[in-house]
Amino acid sequence: MNHLLSIEDLDRAAIERIVEQAARFAEVYDREIKKVPALRGRMVLNLFYEASTRTRSSFELAAKRLSADVVNFVSSGSSVEKGESLKDTVLTLSAHKPDAIVIRTPWAGAAELVSGWTSAAIVNAGDGKHEHPTQALLDVYTLHRRLGSLDGASIWIVGDVAHSRVARSNILAFQRMGARVTVAGPPTLIPRGIEALGCEVRFTLEELPSADVVYALRMQHERMNDALVPSLREYAACFQIGARRLSPRQLLMHPGPVNRGVELSGEVVDSPQALITSQVEAGVVVRMAVLYEILSGSRAFRPVPEPQLA
Amino acid sequence: MALPSLVYGPLPAAKLLISGAHALDPRAGIDAPTDVLVRDGLIVELAGAGQLDCEGAEVVQGRGKHLFPAFMDPHVHLRSPGQEHKEDLETGTRAAAAGGFCAVIAMPNTDPVLDSAPLLRSLREAAAREARVPVGFMAAVTRGLEGLELTEMAELMGEGALGFTDDGRPVASAGVLRKALQYQRLCGGVLTLHEEDPSLSHGGSMHEGTVSAALGIGGIPSVSESTMVARDAELAGYEDGRVHFQHLSCAASVRAVAAAKERGFRVSAEVTPHHLLLCDEDVRGLDTRMKMNPPLAGEADRLALIEGLRAGTIDCIATDHAPHARHEKEVPFEQAPMGTTGLETAFAALHTELVAPGTIELALLIERMTAGAALFDLPTPRIAVGEPANLTLVDLSAEWVAGEHGWESRSENCCFAGRRLTGRVLMTVAAGGIAYRERAFSVVAA
Repeated sequence: MNHLLSIEDLDRAAIERIVEQAARFAEVYDREIKKVPALRGRMVLNLFYEASTRTRSSFELAAKRLSADVVNFVSSGSSVEKGESLKDTVLTLSAHKPDAIVIRTPWAGAAELVSGWTSAAIVNAGDGKHEHPTQALLDVYTLHRRLGSLDGASIWIVGDVAHSRVARSNILAFQRMGARVTVAGPPTLIPRGIEALGCEVRFTLEELPSADVVYALRMQHERMNDALVPSLREYAACFQIGARRLSPRQLLMHPGPVNRGVELSGEVVDSPQALITSQVEAGVVVRMAVLYEILSGSRAFRPVPEPQLA
Repeated sequence: MALPSLVYGPLPAAKLLISGAHALDPRAGIDAPTDVLVRDGLIVELAGAGQLDCEGAEVVQGRGKHLFPAFMDPHVHLRSPGQEHKEDLETGTRAAAAGGFCAVIAMPNTDPVLDSAPLLRSLREAAAREARVPVGFMAAVTRGLEGLELTEMAELMGEGALGFTDDGRPVASAGVLRKALQYQRLCGGVLTLHEEDPSLSHGGSMHEGTVSAALGIGGIPSVSESTMVARDAELAGYEDGRVHFQHLSCAASVRAVAAAKERGFRVSAEVTPHHLLLCDEDVRGLDTRMKMNPPLAGEADRLALIEGLRAGTIDCIATDHAPHARHEKEVPFEQAPMGTTGLETAFAALHTELVAPGTIELALLIERMTAGAALFDLPTPRIAVGEPANLTLVDLSAEWVAGEHGWESRSENCCFAGRRLTGRVLMTVAAGGIAYRERAFSVVAA
């Protein structure tokens, strides 16, 4: 694997390999010295065009646990604000010869585009509303640890699917691992045509009791401005996952950060069914596994691809 | 004061004998190997192959080649004034000539917008100096394309505008469009409409459907176009106005135009080569050359457009040639400007994908690629004695890869780049002058 751009590029075996590697790193996590020398002397560059404390620090921690050097480049206060294009930023940063670039942007396909401009390995940490593959991998890892296998499990992804890169990556990843996926939410937030990804679509939570896992998405306040839902109050009334809607046998997940009282009630966030902090914990070991997968071993020198018009 | 007309560039009149090419002009009823003698800007003689003497004219050996009336493109962006880093009058018309076009009509969404008579006058003067093929200019319907106040339409017509359009944007307000239709009675000129409901297309970068859902890219639903086509056809009927719908992209729009024509409304429509040949599946790779407005729609829409073209619901083919500089397109898909170039590939792409497999007849393609002229009250290119010499000589069996030798256009954002095409324009005669000669195509001296 040269890059991690999208879950679409991964087959089940590749996902399993990353999950297994993450499990090995998790053992290290319980030791007193939490660092392994696997990527000593390698450089990982975090290039973030969107504010993201959680994902960025998770990647940073993962790289440091592997003894890699980490450089963070955030767009605010940088050359980007002076009008530098994505291409020029990547070319400039590539001159420092990073081994991997972890990139998050608000634009679909940007990670793949960047992979054509640099010899560094690219890890997509979120490209617009398209994909967030490491989130999906850590969610698979978390469920794998809890359930053993995802085969046959029914997973409901609830909320703002339209604006969620997490939803798209998870629909693909959960299905690759044998789960059945249903997406549910207000019709204004379920993109037309999403069923082509193989998932079921529901506009109410009536059948939610059939789910083994309920995966709630963050409801962003910006959506109110676009009048995609009439009010957060009504959204909560129709789609909030609270104690009444969640049965004790169901597991609850959320990519964070949670809006308590909107997509989740406070009590379920704190319940033992919630895997939310396990997901955060899994984030570091799974990202360690991803960086290890693309950077370790006999990674031959990769020539810069021929420049071409995107 | 100029009449609504094309501006002719400085091309000298050629003396040419095109000998033995298979001439095909469905309107003139010609479909046979023919000798064509061109002099003083006109077709002066036609005869069976091998029958004409050169009379001191340059001889172009046409045997085995096809000769068509040259094409007419009612929808191009020449980017002048203000965006000459993308294209200008000279490069844009050179691209037109290379594609076999003898005339083009330029859109007014320039910088500044072509919305005043002095600007139109200076642009026409520039075209007279620089254009390789004759150019007509559309003026804006509303000042600054802002959709609020009408331009001085009568004065613009007096300065030679062919009509009015806010192309690139819709005339969103029905009230404003109605006023323009009313004013059309005073000043004439075709109103050509880019149909899009901004409240439906807002936030979209591609056609709404399974592909946009999978990519997580905001979708533009096809009803954004078709509801506006239906609305504006209704307005045109009510005011008995003359409107032309630009770049139809979906089945519902074709149905709306057909319904309007059935009711006798004075409407016409165009379609682009890219909407006839590509669909939203081609956007999956997020190649920014596949980003245009209206967006590439679904496969069923594409088939409906072909059927609409065949049935005559769609009157003509227009390229919507929309050049953008490399650095503007070399960005993530959602950030990229909309548009593809098309002049240099239009005939070859349509010939390769529609005529060669037998989907449409060659004669129909020629008819639809020249039909734009009449829609704007311009003379239709014809192969007939006494007509202006507007001819394109084509090798229908020549294979080439689009873009392999670069482009005549200043920009390279062509959605067909890299495709293997069959059919190559060898020479274009526009208004009697040689506007284009393929480099490798030699002309035999007399």
